[in-house]
Amino acid sequence: MTEPDKTPDAGPARPAPIKAVPVRHPGRWISVAVLAVLAAMFVHMLLTNDKFGWAFMVDNMFRPPVIEGLLRGTILLTVLGMVIGVSLGVVVAVMRLSPNPVLSGTAWLYTWFFRAVPRIVLLVLFGNLGILYQSYGLGIPFDEQIADLFGVSFDGRFLEVEARSLLTPFIAALLGLALSESAYMAEIVRAGIQSVDPGQSEAAQALGMSRTQIMRRVVLPQAMRVIIPPTGNETIALLKDTALVAFVPLSVELFFQLEAVGKRTFQVFPMYVSACLWYLALTSVLMVGQYFLERRFGRGVAVSGRTRPRIFTAGSGR
Amino acid sequence: MSETAGPMVRSEQVHKSFGRLEVLKGIDLEVAQGEVMCLIGPSGSGKSTFLRCINHLEKIDAGRLWVNGHLVGYRQKGDKLYELRDREVSAQRREIGMVFQRFNLFPHMTALENVMEAPVRVKRTPKARARERAGALLESVGLGDKVRTYPSALSGGQQQRVAIARALAMEPSLMLFDEPTSALDPELVGEVLDVMKRLALDGMTMIVVTHEIGFAREVGDSLVFMDGGVVVEKGVPRDVIADPKHERTRSFLSKVL
Ligand SMILES: Nc1ncnc2c1ncn2[C@@H]1O[C@H](COP(=O)(O)OP(=O)(O)OP(=O)(O)O)[C@@H](O)[C@H]1O
Ligand SMILES: [Mg+2]
Repeated sequence: MTEPDKTPDAGPARPAPIKAVPVRHPGRWISVAVLAVLAAMFVHMLLTNDKFGWAFMVDNMFRPPVIEGLLRGTILLTVLGMVIGVSLGVVVAVMRLSPNPVLSGTAWLYTWFFRAVPRIVLLVLFGNLGILYQSYGLGIPFDEQIADLFGVSFDGRFLEVEARSLLTPFIAALLGLALSESAYMAEIVRAGIQSVDPGQSEAAQALGMSRTQIMRRVVLPQAMRVIIPPTGNETIALLKDTALVAFVPLSVELFFQLEAVGKRTFQVFPMYVSACLWYLALTSVLMVGQYFLERRFGRGVAVSGRTRPRIFTAGSGR
Repeated sequence: MSETAGPMVRSEQVHKSFGRLEVLKGIDLEVAQGEVMCLIGPSGSGKSTFLRCINHLEKIDAGRLWVNGHLVGYRQKGDKLYELRDREVSAQRREIGMVFQRFNLFPHMTALENVMEAPVRVKRTPKARARERAGALLESVGLGDKVRTYPSALSGGQQQRVAIARALAMEPSLMLFDEPTSALDPELVGEVLDVMKRLALDGMTMIVVTHEIGFAREVGDSLVFMDGGVVVEKGVPRDVIADPKHERTRSFLSKVL
């Protein structure tokens, strides 16, 4: 240690900027080198192994049935599934937080069931619901039983639909995905609502706002900051799970169509690679959307959405 | 103070418990129209709870509370009390403004939007009118230049003044303040107290829970000392502060003065 300089300077002149030798990180450089070699090997393999069949892949991954499966299956199911999942999820979350034990119990049961049963099982189950009844009707509940009780016969149904026309494979697939999604969303929304300071609804109550107004104008917009990041994960998970609807069975769907091309031409591998590329592209689009949503709902918060640590991944470990 | 009209707030034997803890043990108080009542007392004595009972954020267990002649939270027919519907409770709350220790501004709205929100949603005031009035209110609390600012970018004193403007936007006939300056840095206390003082001079009926004895002496018409869920002493602030009748009041005042 050197002695501090005792000769006082003439006035507090600005000290020279620090020019220190930075700490070396040889370990980092070694790992960078290793990664670079591995990456080079990977690219080399992609380019030289003709089993990849790049030209074949590009020719076939945009075929009309594939595009139809993408638009009318994968994308439509994801969009509708999320719309229904989020709306129903908000309802179930609000029910869950209700002081009425019947409402909150029902909501608990609902999330319990739809989170416990795997999506693939739900899809198969919904695909086979037509077995239960030939037709579905809308009318007075228990009409036949009531009629029996009074020894008369009457029909309390206003509307009857054939099971086969109501429960098309698409509807079955959508129901399976959307209902399970709503159970996950309910938990996410509930966590979001509970993250809002109770002082917020108190202040709104004191202003004379109604329960619905408080929820819509004060609590949910603030809960959104907590809700959106895991919802992004949910959307991505749902997008990928649309590949499961083949089990309903529903064949108008991206992965099924790509695989079908591969099986027909005995060139499955390039089509599997093209499936990876398709899902990568779709997920990237979703991530851009999520970025803008987070910015929108980060209003009034000092920390920007980008620098916030992303710890909200609970409920999407699939 | 108009002596002809009935009291703004009347409280008769108000009791309130949380589980087994009895927080209010029979509060009898009257606040006249235009009166500024200051409420002091040690922590946990039930001041906040009493304030929250007045606008029915808490349900009272026994006793009666009237604001402006209306029973708070209930309708009485004969001997029977009927709970009011949510909508009716909300309507009662519109008459009562409340300012919180921790401001509780809506963080996703600008200062102006905070003030406009309740008039637009609750009173269905046309947006243009509400905006104009909100601007004027913010101007009157000295924040005419902070209209577009979000609460996170305001100082504590500024946030609390926005909160006061937000409560005033509903044109209440009674204002409740729960330690409005306790969360503020000392140099910001004055700006909030000034706004409250002006409000008092304009004739607003106010109940103020505070530890600012100076404010109580200067602005208050009456001073109430609460301890252990009961009113220990009530009187003209100057007299209570200078010559407290009860030992408990004396020892409390000696600590805060
Ligand atoms: N929601 C609640 N549930 C249970 N206990 C509560 C609740 N609110 C208040 N209490 C209790 O009631 C008592 C009185 O609280 P209150 O907030 O009215 O006191 P205070 O006089 O305002 O005190 P302070 O000066 O600290 O604000 C305290 O013991 C508190 O712990
Ligand atoms: Mg308090």
